[in-house]
Amino acid sequence: MTVLTERSRTRRPTRDQPSEGRPAARRFTPRAILLNVVLLLGLAASFGPLVWMIVSSIKPEGEIRQFPPTLFPEQPTWDNYTELFATLDFPRFFANSVVVALAVTVGSVLFSAMVGYALAKLDFPGRRVLFLLIMGTLMVPGMVTFVPLFVLVANLDLINTYAALILPFLAAPFGVFLMRQFMLDIPDELLDAARVDGAGEFRTFFAVVLPQTKPALATLGILTFLGSWNNFLWPLVAVQSADKYTLPVALALYSTGQNTVQYGLLVAGATVIVLPILIVFLALQRHIVQGISTTGLK
Amino acid sequence: MAISARRRRTGLAAWGFALPFTILFAVFMLVPVASSLYMAFTDMHGADLRTPWAVNFVGFDNFAAALADPKFQQAAGNTLYFVGVAMPLTLGIALLLAVLLNSGLVWFRSVFRVGFYAPVVTSIVAVAVVWRFLLQPDFGIVNSALGLVGIDGPRWLTDEVWAMPSLIMMATWRNVGYSMVILLAGLQGIPRDLYEASAIDGAGAVRQFRSITVPLLRPTLLFCAVITGIGYLQFFEEPFVMTQGGPLGATNSVAYEVFNQFGFGNYGLSAAMSYVLFVAIVILSYLQFRLLRTEK
Repeated sequence: MTVLTERSRTRRPTRDQPSEGRPAARRFTPRAILLNVVLLLGLAASFGPLVWMIVSSIKPEGEIRQFPPTLFPEQPTWDNYTELFATLDFPRFFANSVVVALAVTVGSVLFSAMVGYALAKLDFPGRRVLFLLIMGTLMVPGMVTFVPLFVLVANLDLINTYAALILPFLAAPFGVFLMRQFMLDIPDELLDAARVDGAGEFRTFFAVVLPQTKPALATLGILTFLGSWNNFLWPLVAVQSADKYTLPVALALYSTGQNTVQYGLLVAGATVIVLPILIVFLALQRHIVQGISTTGLK
Repeated sequence: MAISARRRRTGLAAWGFALPFTILFAVFMLVPVASSLYMAFTDMHGADLRTPWAVNFVGFDNFAAALADPKFQQAAGNTLYFVGVAMPLTLGIALLLAVLLNSGLVWFRSVFRVGFYAPVVTSIVAVAVVWRFLLQPDFGIVNSALGLVGIDGPRWLTDEVWAMPSLIMMATWRNVGYSMVILLAGLQGIPRDLYEASAIDGAGAVRQFRSITVPLLRPTLLFCAVITGIGYLQFFEEPFVMTQGGPLGATNSVAYEVFNQFGFGNYGLSAAMSYVLFVAIVILSYLQFRLLRTEK
């Protein structure tokens, strides 16, 4: 069934056989089989390491090192997770990562949508300057700003706070760029109609504009959450005490510190970071992949 | 007229929308960008953290010191090596996969697309830890598998020659999916009849790829090249987790050196190094625009 629907969606004449030929037969020519086998090998290389990580996280140390690796653990165990959660404070790091990523996502998407709307649809003094400044910083990499940002945050007495982990990411030029692009497509008539009906500017924004940009909000939200969840350099710099570590910082420091050779433990730690994201990704993959391709083509 | 008059009245409301972002943007983006330039020309150190204005201007000394430092030179060379190999490799594999997936012969296209994209959403730190184990020389999967076909695998991450290829391999593995998805969307935007018409004219698959696919895909390829290049020039997490820049500095990157100098408290030097990196990013993006922009 899947094959058939997939087939009908991608139906097109193949290049070397432009004639109409029976589809079912063409899909199993030697050429097609070779192509799919090559792609399957690629898929194994791409997805294999992630499967290895997840499966190894419930194996005892000895079994992790076994070759060939077992797909189904012979002696499944939660020991790695028990140690991770009981002795290494991973619940705390997990909570930190969730709190920071959620705050960054909600704040950044909302502020980007607001300023994107003003830039796209409203006229105000300073609009051009603001737009140019935002576009000018679109390409400035985090590597260039983290040292002065550290000095700034230290002087604001925010080192080791959640504010330090959240605030700098609420001003994301890329988000503004994306939202403005989408806001430009909203017909002016729609906004005027709302205003004629007596809606104020804020009412218009929340009741008319935001619902119109749901796909963009979702794409930006997902990208922002991912970026924050996987962010490493700034949390590594801005946080010095363990109670504020996010997951990647904790894992990187443990993996290069005294736990270097505890494979089971570290693989379980990696799984805790990757698996939730992977599950969400697989659940929403159609939207995510679509969103990524449109941001790329805009 | 009526609309423009109304718009003028909305100026205040517009700033209401723009203000939350603008304040944060000014404080956490504009101030750091401006002060990184300031810091790059001063002798600021960790001890000056609370008195950032009480430092001396040293002109281009930091830049001169960075460029004369053998460690920085090595890091710059490593970074060019990494970008020079990993970027073409990533884009090449991504293009190949996109073209293969775009052919009507693929059985489960969405499964492949998701599978190839999955590594993109993972944390570099997490997958770097995983790859460290996969590449473990004595019992890691990679060497065990090579052993099956009689190849004695190298000591990947601790070998001066093989450490960088190991990082390149992992970065390519993680990033191919991103460009692939975008290139696939680009391919689907190429009109079918172009291929049909050229097939009638007798063009083979290779000729079609060179004369139709590549020219029409140029803007998309450019986008992927710029995004991938910017990311790769800043590579940091991979060596941080997998090699700590070793062995003997073989995987030390400019970004890692910026981080290290910051750690040593040499803020001015670190800022100067980060500017060198920034200039490299701008130059690379410019070259790519020149090379790949659509010819008129």
